[in-house]
Amino acid sequence: MIAYIVRRILYAIPILIGVNILTFLLFFVVNSPDDMARMFLGQKHVTEEQIEDWKTERGYHHPLFYNTEEQGAEKFTKTIFYTKSVRLFVFDFGRSDSGRDISFDISQRMWPSLAIAVPQLLIGLLVTISLALLIAFFRGTYIDYWAVVICVALMSISGLFYIIGGQFIMGKILRVVPISGFEDGIFGIKFLVLPVLIGIVGGIGSSTRWYRTIFLEEINKDYVRTARAKGISEQMVLFKHVLRNAMIPILTGVVVILPLLFMGSLITESFFGIPGLGSYTIDAINRQDFSIVRSMVFLGAVLYIIGLLLTDISYTVVDPRVRLN
Amino acid sequence: MNSRSAILIIIFVAFLLNACSDGAWNNPYPSEGKGEGDTKNVIYSSFSERPKRLDPVSSYSSNEYQFIAQIYEPPLQYHYLLRPYTLVPLTASRLPEVRYFGENEVLVDEDALDSIKYSEYTIKIDQRIMFQPHPAFAKNVKGESVYLNLTVDELDDIHTLSDFEATGTRELTAEDYVYQIKRIASPYLHSPIAGVMREYIVGFDEFRKQASEKYPNPNGGWHDLRDIKLAGVSVVDRYTYRIRIKGKYPQLVYWMAMPFFAPMPWEAEKFYAQEGMEERNISLNWYPVGTGPYMLTENNPNLRMVMEKNPNFHDERYPSEGEPEDKANGLLKDAGRKLPLVDKAVYSLEKETIPYWSKFLQGYYDASGVSSDSFDQAIQFGSGGDVQLTDLMKEKGIQLETAVTTSILYMGFNMIDPVVGGDSEQSRLLRRAISIAVDYEEYISIFANGRGVAAQSPIPPGIFGNIEGEAGINPFVYDWKFNEPKRKDIAVAKQLMKEAGYANGIDPKTKKPLVLNFDTPSAGPDAKAQLNWMRKQYQKLGIQLVIRATDYNRFQEKMRNGTSQIFQWGWNADYPDPENFFFLLYGSNAKVEHHGENAANYSNPEFDRLFEKMKNIKNGPERLATIKEMTYIVQKDAPWLWGFHPKAFSLFHDWYQNVKPNLMANNLLKYKRVDGAARQAKREAWNKPNYWPLIFLGLFLLVSLIPAVIAFRKRERSTLK
Repeated sequence: MIAYIVRRILYAIPILIGVNILTFLLFFVVNSPDDMARMFLGQKHVTEEQIEDWKTERGYHHPLFYNTEEQGAEKFTKTIFYTKSVRLFVFDFGRSDSGRDISFDISQRMWPSLAIAVPQLLIGLLVTISLALLIAFFRGTYIDYWAVVICVALMSISGLFYIIGGQFIMGKILRVVPISGFEDGIFGIKFLVLPVLIGIVGGIGSSTRWYRTIFLEEINKDYVRTARAKGISEQMVLFKHVLRNAMIPILTGVVVILPLLFMGSLITESFFGIPGLGSYTIDAINRQDFSIVRSMVFLGAVLYIIGLLLTDISYTVVDPRVRLN
Repeated sequence: MNSRSAILIIIFVAFLLNACSDGAWNNPYPSEGKGEGDTKNVIYSSFSERPKRLDPVSSYSSNEYQFIAQIYEPPLQYHYLLRPYTLVPLTASRLPEVRYFGENEVLVDEDALDSIKYSEYTIKIDQRIMFQPHPAFAKNVKGESVYLNLTVDELDDIHTLSDFEATGTRELTAEDYVYQIKRIASPYLHSPIAGVMREYIVGFDEFRKQASEKYPNPNGGWHDLRDIKLAGVSVVDRYTYRIRIKGKYPQLVYWMAMPFFAPMPWEAEKFYAQEGMEERNISLNWYPVGTGPYMLTENNPNLRMVMEKNPNFHDERYPSEGEPEDKANGLLKDAGRKLPLVDKAVYSLEKETIPYWSKFLQGYYDASGVSSDSFDQAIQFGSGGDVQLTDLMKEKGIQLETAVTTSILYMGFNMIDPVVGGDSEQSRLLRRAISIAVDYEEYISIFANGRGVAAQSPIPPGIFGNIEGEAGINPFVYDWKFNEPKRKDIAVAKQLMKEAGYANGIDPKTKKPLVLNFDTPSAGPDAKAQLNWMRKQYQKLGIQLVIRATDYNRFQEKMRNGTSQIFQWGWNADYPDPENFFFLLYGSNAKVEHHGENAANYSNPEFDRLFEKMKNIKNGPERLATIKEMTYIVQKDAPWLWGFHPKAFSLFHDWYQNVKPNLMANNLLKYKRVDGAARQAKREAWNKPNYWPLIFLGLFLLVSLIPAVIAFRKRERSTLK
């Protein structure tokens, strides 16, 4: 397995280089270093000299990929791409264009993102798997039919609607939780209730329907029929046999997103005023802060690769037949 | 303990925490503690965008001024209540004394414009003004600085500014003001007004050159600017300094009321420039050091900013004079009281308007603007078109203040464009026809909920040179009818089109409708209605308007290159002087040729001559006559459709007092007062939790499970069919 992991890590390097090039291209197609300087320095009374100075201080005065004015390797190393990308591979994110230490900011802002994402994932899984099992139990009946209809309806509603509706009902009409905000420590719990609840409700439709499909696929297999023939109760069949065997596709979906929980949710964090990594990223995009954008995209890519690797490893845990070679 | 018990316990703890906080479950300030709002004067406000910089040398946006204007004190400020806007001393003991010099340093009269070579401003500041407590000033028993020569190892346990145990203070001196002006001139601090100041302050460029030579590395630690001479700025004595500028520039005093000219202690710069500080994000941009009424005690721009009263704040009193109606409005109740009137201000990050508005209605914010989402809920128009609050607002005791802002949103023609630009009669008539056709009164009504005043000239109401009534209308676009300006009939515009050679909007060269291009950075769904409306306005004349929507960066690029044709732009006044608006049309400020703020690239030698004269003379009949001449020229040439001056609507609760819109001053927090007990009472009354629907919902879910359980059991017990 170690050889497999090492190989996967080596595969990740070209992927990360590709992601980096793509981020770089997409960012600089839309924003030139001059645009970034203007965004930072403001719109009023800015002179060309100030823009040049700003670029020089932050290393944006170099060409993007190829420096014709330099000799030898410096044709490639004295470029924005090289100077801004290489250190990422040792996880040195450097400083943002406004001078802040990006690693420090990430370490501070991942906790609020996790505070929402982890309970949302765990409670969401519990609720949706239970509902899916229940629906699978009543398969073919009117309960199954209406449950699917409701799931489709829930899936069709925009996430924004859940947020605004949730804030309106829970925060404004019922006044049981704050409409938005965040607090560190134990007082933070009451700020988490609404975003977590909305995240769970918003995900019920799609997840329940997906898990129902997985369970229905399992429920018609021979080993289930055998279990029933042996007189095992339906409850036991569902929770002991079907659930365990349906774990592989469930794990595929869940384990892969585990590392990405760090990255936060852009819309939820924005609407609830939560200082997580989602709002950190969206702020950086709005401010055209390339240093943060490239760091967050790189981090996201690394975490996604880790997620995929963890998924493969988890297969071996839940299914002894799977071997990583 | 099984999982069901664990969930129940979590829910119970959450409810317990809610109950323990302060009674209101939805209170977004649980850590503030019950009673704090009663006993202390705390203001609750918000910010929608995190401030990028809190250094007075570079901060220039309103979201940054919201904070730094309460912390840093320039020598002058605007009187809170008097109108027109009046400069009064802040840390200065009186307004600057100005002397004018001609050739050979001979004193000349201020009206001898042609003879003036230099102007000299002497500013005397008050004594015994102290800086806020800060580690940069901390000294040991021997009188040596504790934290100005730290090693990296000594910073091991330091993560934020509050980790420095000792703090100190010192008296404000003239040297601190001089040091800050040198910072404006620094080649590495990128002050946005460096470009303006280099035109005036004597020795500015030489100073930059010397600073670059002394400190070639922009990031190489502390740049001690004290020993580098800036010829035009000098310390006269401990409390007096002098600024010498080239020629005459009366607008300099307005800059002296902005944070750019606030004092900066060299110790602070040295302190933050030490090795290891930047890595810990301990910087002047994060932890400001001032003499103002407040100091930033919590800086978490991702969540909350908290300002608390500066214990060292000098003696400043609430103004005892105002406009005639101010007394009746209760704005002089606190006359003579020591400022600031509130102890603390909590600003929460609120990016979206919907949650902000809901929390304002719940009493968790003291004041609010009116977004278009909530406009109908808050505002209604009376039968006479007067603005009123809705019954819901009145029931809550919410009050409304409105003010026409000192800004303009206009539509500009690129004057170097061959079709709409230039000085030909054809293009002038075309521009004037369009000026009549685009109905800004309708625009204000549809897209701004009536919050605006159609502009007659570049100068907004409240600024010297804006003329109200019939004498002030744009005679090329409006007629004076029934005691108000009435836009000319579209037939007049069509006639102008005919005279311009575009009868019925047909371009004689192509024999097809004239095609004009409108460049805009607004491309989203929200902008679609506005852009469609704009097309229709041009269609009235038979002109086909092509919308060239792009992102803001590309739009800016087009403006810089002069490749746009028609565009929309705006300007907020830096200071209340007509020069700050007319300079947007001054030829030497043309964007393409001179990289200035004249986005229309308008150039008229007569206008430029009058501008140079107007900017240097005092407000009075002569200046007004010059402004009228200038206004007539630009109204005739029509390089802009004058657009409108937006009207700001502010709502505030009745416990929030001393509210008077002041669009020039930014240091307004110190005048505000709150009745904490009244606020607490209303918050409790408005925010009683209504948990019964949740209980009913829970019961409903339980009951609805019963058939499922029955069906489940039945199925379990049934035999195989």
